[in-house]
Amino acid sequence: MRGYLRFALKRLLQLLAVVFAGISAAFFISHLSPISPVESIIGRVSGQSSYSPQAIQSLRDTLTELFGLSVPLHEQYFNFLGRFVRGDLGPSLIAFPTPAMQLVMLALPWTVGLMVVQIVIAWLVGNILGGLAGYYQNSRFLKAFGIVAIGIQPIPYYIVAFLMVIVFGFLWPVLPISGGFAMNVRPSFTPEFILSVLGHSILPASSLVIVGLGTWFLGMRALVSNIVTEDYVTYAELAGVRQQRIVFGYVIRNAMVPQLTALAMTLGAIFSGTIITEQVFAYPGLGSLLVRAVNGGDSAVVLAVSCIAIIAVATAIFLIDMIHPLLDPRVRAE
Amino acid sequence: MFSIFRDLVRYNIEFAIGVVLVGSITLFSLLSFFSPVDPTMIYVAIPDRPPSFEHLFGTNSRGQDLFWQLTFAFRNTLYFGLTVAVLSRIISITVGLAAGYLGGWVDRVLMFFNDIFVAIPIFPILILFYFVMRSNLDMFTLALIMACFGWPFDARLIRSVALGLRNREFTRQAVFAGMSPLKIMREEHLPYVMPIIFSTAMANMIWSIGLEVTLAVLGFTNINIPTVGTALYWANSHSALVVGVWWWILIPVILIVLTFLGLFLLAISLNEYIDPRSRLRRMGV
Repeated sequence: MRGYLRFALKRLLQLLAVVFAGISAAFFISHLSPISPVESIIGRVSGQSSYSPQAIQSLRDTLTELFGLSVPLHEQYFNFLGRFVRGDLGPSLIAFPTPAMQLVMLALPWTVGLMVVQIVIAWLVGNILGGLAGYYQNSRFLKAFGIVAIGIQPIPYYIVAFLMVIVFGFLWPVLPISGGFAMNVRPSFTPEFILSVLGHSILPASSLVIVGLGTWFLGMRALVSNIVTEDYVTYAELAGVRQQRIVFGYVIRNAMVPQLTALAMTLGAIFSGTIITEQVFAYPGLGSLLVRAVNGGDSAVVLAVSCIAIIAVATAIFLIDMIHPLLDPRVRAE
Repeated sequence: MFSIFRDLVRYNIEFAIGVVLVGSITLFSLLSFFSPVDPTMIYVAIPDRPPSFEHLFGTNSRGQDLFWQLTFAFRNTLYFGLTVAVLSRIISITVGLAAGYLGGWVDRVLMFFNDIFVAIPIFPILILFYFVMRSNLDMFTLALIMACFGWPFDARLIRSVALGLRNREFTRQAVFAGMSPLKIMREEHLPYVMPIIFSTAMANMIWSIGLEVTLAVLGFTNINIPTVGTALYWANSHSALVVGVWWWILIPVILIVLTFLGLFLLAISLNEYIDPRSRLRRMGV
């Protein structure tokens, strides 16, 4: 138990370091921007009608104050860190004056939901099928599945999603292809709303699952086909241990550990994939918000989305790392 | 080197297919040097012509010949992938070998940074860079940024191999013979990790080209440079599928899938080659 606590503490420090490095990088990249957020608001306001120069000047001063841009860069950085801890990243431009953080928090559950569903389905099913394929190497069905997986894996995320839009949007329109829920349903905890959300998530989620499943399947099959040659598997077979127990208790359990590490390692990439999927299916998550903010020149929202994404991915990796010792006694013993 | 290549082609059908696919795509992209048209010019051909003898891949709604346009697109994309792969290989070899051989605090510090880079999602960072630099973001800068994020996974792999090599007899002999650590890493350990470097380079190219296509499709790169991603971006922005110019989307997609498939087959067959157990099984020994 003490070993586990020390392990947890070490990982927690690492998490803090990652978050700190990530949001610092995001801050400095975004503040080297040649597009001043103040000038772009003024450009938008004064484009609609004419104002006196004094009014524009006072607007400029107010906005500079509001965005905290009146002090040198290092002071802005410390102010940013202080405000970030309190969850305040300034007003957004695309939905002025709603706080950027509020927009992000509205979008976050959609992305997290999509990611959790796709990871749980793709990772579990992919690993179990891959494990079986590695153990029963002569199964026709699993062999065919492997060939399909190799064929699908190199196709870019975007193209799979796009093909699904074409198939289910134009050729065989049975599923909703855009939005998070139907237009005529009010967001609340009613069965109607929940069903609508689930229906709208089928296509985005399954496009992510199709791509993810093959990767896990192939990785697991390769791992298991090495494990089955180990002595302990041969002994278990000779000793007459039930085959089901060998497959799930010995072979797949041992191969699960590196696959869990791989999941933690690829979480960032899965997040990138989710952003594209949201864009293709017009799903109301972080990705759509980010694209909207970039096109609208909204640095506060871009920065907020990047920071929250960094924190979310790092936290998820931390949580996976925490499960790790429970699955693998060797890590616990270290 | 050549005999390894010959064995791989002979015993490993995946490797042979991969070589053929990547080789043909490379040849296709090299045709761009003989192109009769300038890829940056628009409305130089009759728009929206389906594939014919005159225009092998048809023409797009911007009045460009798709065949020559795609030769340039693939040249830029492959060049981009290769640049990221080479740059990130340099970082991962340096970090991996140094962390594995030197150990101690060097290892701890390097692996600390390694873990940070693994955990930072690259996509928001890339979008931030685009947001800041807009169309000043050229191919090389983008490649440089991606290379800065493409090394940590492979550095860890190289480190684990280098850790094993550190305690081998020949390393100790080299130390006693007075070789400097730099020389040991470069001349004694580097050859051992070479197969890993080749196989991870292919995987890295798939990763970086995939990211570039994604960014470009969203319109977050310089859309005036012809790449596979920007070809798809323009096709989308002209609603190619809706107006029935299907070849504008279909042909680049087929070609990029073949490229990915080729690189992927090369990566997995080289991976298998590195692992002697699966290599022997393959040769039927």
